[in-house]
Amino acid sequence: MTYNFKDSPTIDQVGIEERVARFNTRSIKKDSKVQALKLALNMIDLTTLEGKDTEGKVKQLCYKAMHPHDHLPNLPTTAAVCVYPTFVKVAKVALKGSDVKVASVSTAFPSGNSTLEIKILDTTLALENGADEIDMVISRGEFLKGNYNFVYDEIATIKALCQKHKARLKVIFETGEISTLDNVRRVSDLAMCAGADFIKTSTGKIGVAATMPVTLVMLDAIKDFYYKTGIMVGMKPAGGISSAKSALQYLVMLHETLGSAWLNNKWFRFGASSLANDIILQLEKEAKGVYFSKDYISID
Amino acid sequence: MKIEENNMSKQKENKLTFFTDWKYAPSPEATDHIRLQNQYELFINGKFVKPNSGKYFETINPATEKTIARIADANEKDVDTAVKAARQAYNKTWRKMPAKERAKYIFRIARLMQERARELAVIESMNGGKPIRESRDIDVPLAANHFFYYAGWADKLEYAFPNRSPKPLGVAGQIIPWNFPLLMAAWKIAPALATGNTVVLKPAETTPLTALKLAEIIQESGLPDGVVNIVTGFGATGAAIVNHKDVDKIAFTGSTNVGKWIQKATAGTDKKLTLELGGKAANIIFEDAPINQAVEGIVNGIFFNQGHVCCAGSRLFIQESVADEVIQKLKDRLETLIVGDPLDKNTDIGAINSKAQLQKINDYLKIGKADEAEMYQSNCEIPKKGFFVRPTLFLNTAQSHRISQEEIFGPVLAIQTFRTIEEVIEKANNIPYGLSAGVWTDKGSRIFNLTSKLRAGVVWANTYNKFDPTSPFGGYKESGFGREGGLHGLMPYLKF
Repeated sequence: MTYNFKDSPTIDQVGIEERVARFNTRSIKKDSKVQALKLALNMIDLTTLEGKDTEGKVKQLCYKAMHPHDHLPNLPTTAAVCVYPTFVKVAKVALKGSDVKVASVSTAFPSGNSTLEIKILDTTLALENGADEIDMVISRGEFLKGNYNFVYDEIATIKALCQKHKARLKVIFETGEISTLDNVRRVSDLAMCAGADFIKTSTGKIGVAATMPVTLVMLDAIKDFYYKTGIMVGMKPAGGISSAKSALQYLVMLHETLGSAWLNNKWFRFGASSLANDIILQLEKEAKGVYFSKDYISID
Repeated sequence: MKIEENNMSKQKENKLTFFTDWKYAPSPEATDHIRLQNQYELFINGKFVKPNSGKYFETINPATEKTIARIADANEKDVDTAVKAARQAYNKTWRKMPAKERAKYIFRIARLMQERARELAVIESMNGGKPIRESRDIDVPLAANHFFYYAGWADKLEYAFPNRSPKPLGVAGQIIPWNFPLLMAAWKIAPALATGNTVVLKPAETTPLTALKLAEIIQESGLPDGVVNIVTGFGATGAAIVNHKDVDKIAFTGSTNVGKWIQKATAGTDKKLTLELGGKAANIIFEDAPINQAVEGIVNGIFFNQGHVCCAGSRLFIQESVADEVIQKLKDRLETLIVGDPLDKNTDIGAINSKAQLQKINDYLKIGKADEAEMYQSNCEIPKKGFFVRPTLFLNTAQSHRISQEEIFGPVLAIQTFRTIEEVIEKANNIPYGLSAGVWTDKGSRIFNLTSKLRAGVVWANTYNKFDPTSPFGGYKESGFGREGGLHGLMPYLKF
């Protein structure tokens, strides 16, 4: 599909912020809360993307993904674990037999400042190691220069690789760097036209990560794309969502913007590391009626 | 992407669905903290007194149809007593009081309103049917802000109108509607007090409770007796105020028909008059608008306070090239609006204010259908008891449709499309009303072009239904005259 930036509508920031404020006033308590917390847990891409990552740490994370908190019955697993390409194999083995997917960042994550050849190699490594999902970053510098074709071609190239391996492609914009909501809308449209299966806010590696206004702009873009083409695209806010309460507000926003078809981990993910434990804390609170010590919750 | 877009209107619509087993938790605001009496008297000369008429009427909760309290029905004699009390207070205390002392009382009323904000919000929603989210976040804080704002002007009138020696008028008779009961009381009372006038105020018969709670607050504030008098009743009580010989000024907010009658009744008298009447505002969406935010603006424009808003954006004009898109989005957006218990924090659209108003809205739905406009309603569930209407769109309406011409005062939107800017200006102005309008476009020059050509008192650009005490509000044509709010809001209560 071709992309023309003139097709992207402008965004009114004040309007976006007002709409977000309304989502945050919805009441989620008791059963409604338990149900939503479990859903949110099931949508998490449990993530470790550090230079100091080890095989041992990745294995622990995988176990956590499959067994978030065995003290509570009927808890779902997380959606996926998200690691660097070199750890995909380890994760794949550790998660064998479960529904938890392995997502790998690629394309010179997190900056994306490399050549297309390197990015293809990086992605191929992850795919050949068995990644189910690829989280690529875009070249923000080229996007900000207005070099939309460059960014489009990059995404389309990586998408072709993913298709060969039946992997789903998430495209990370690093919205904190492309900064304006108008840009967020443009890059969302561009990435969807280029074949993104998911659009994702951030790498989690810079100060400003996912925010509700940015996510709403992206959800609106997904909605408009669906209206025009009938193609569903997933959404992944990543970084900065660490409290269960905030996750619930995202779910309200998701539900009231895209409807029930997106309310599952096929179409919505949270990229987060500490969110899972806060959700577990809140679920335990709903079950026991009191908050208990965080020492009862594993920190893998 | 272009190709699909061009064929969009011919393809099947890709509809969103909002049905899920994940439901928000009911969250009704507690009512155990509010203090309400079974019976309310008239507030005259600083005291609650039994009506001379001996008559009472019942005020109900429109969401449950249950009676909340019995309210005194003031007759001509009661109004006379109230006006006399106001005159006496004007002559003996209020006009003589240094302006900065007047300001302190007004400020104190504002503070007391803030302290009792939660109680006022709950009562406002119980008595009027508006969602607690609105009464809590908009009506009550805005009402208190009006008192704060005008408290500031009280001792600065000489600076507001330099070299014109502004003087108070005397006794102001004020008649307010049922759509924003407390807020309208604040709009009327605050500037009158700041300018040194005394007041006889009549709230609407369906929603007298918050005005009576305001009377309690006024009593508690220590405001000298008789400066504010609140008399409850029906049209006859209002007529008695309008016809009273010793009233110097009438301020009325309500329907255009009553407004016309008041203007006739006050013709040939010395009474100064301001009228804030009906409206049928055009909300205009251009193709370059931020469409998703414009859809929110359309929703806010017509469904705010169940559409019981004189400045509601009840006529929608969409530029033809984006009409299909806007309507599709609007239909889907309707499905996420929650209609129901006004006291529930999740509620977006509450109860219709009264049985009579419900009847009127339903009549217009019939008229719209009979005129062959295409009706579309949300599939939402509405409560079986109480007065409720589904949010409604009328597609393909014409200027000549009655639903496009007459004020419905309910959650009913009449939609038309347009091609050129000249066309939309002509159509937007082709109405007896002129209270407000909305313009949605990314182009600044177009906004300025339109604001100067739309015959409306308020034109909102890329937003809708925004109110602030510092901003004047009022109409053109049959939407009335005189301004409330801001510096302009002082003038109707002053002579120079």
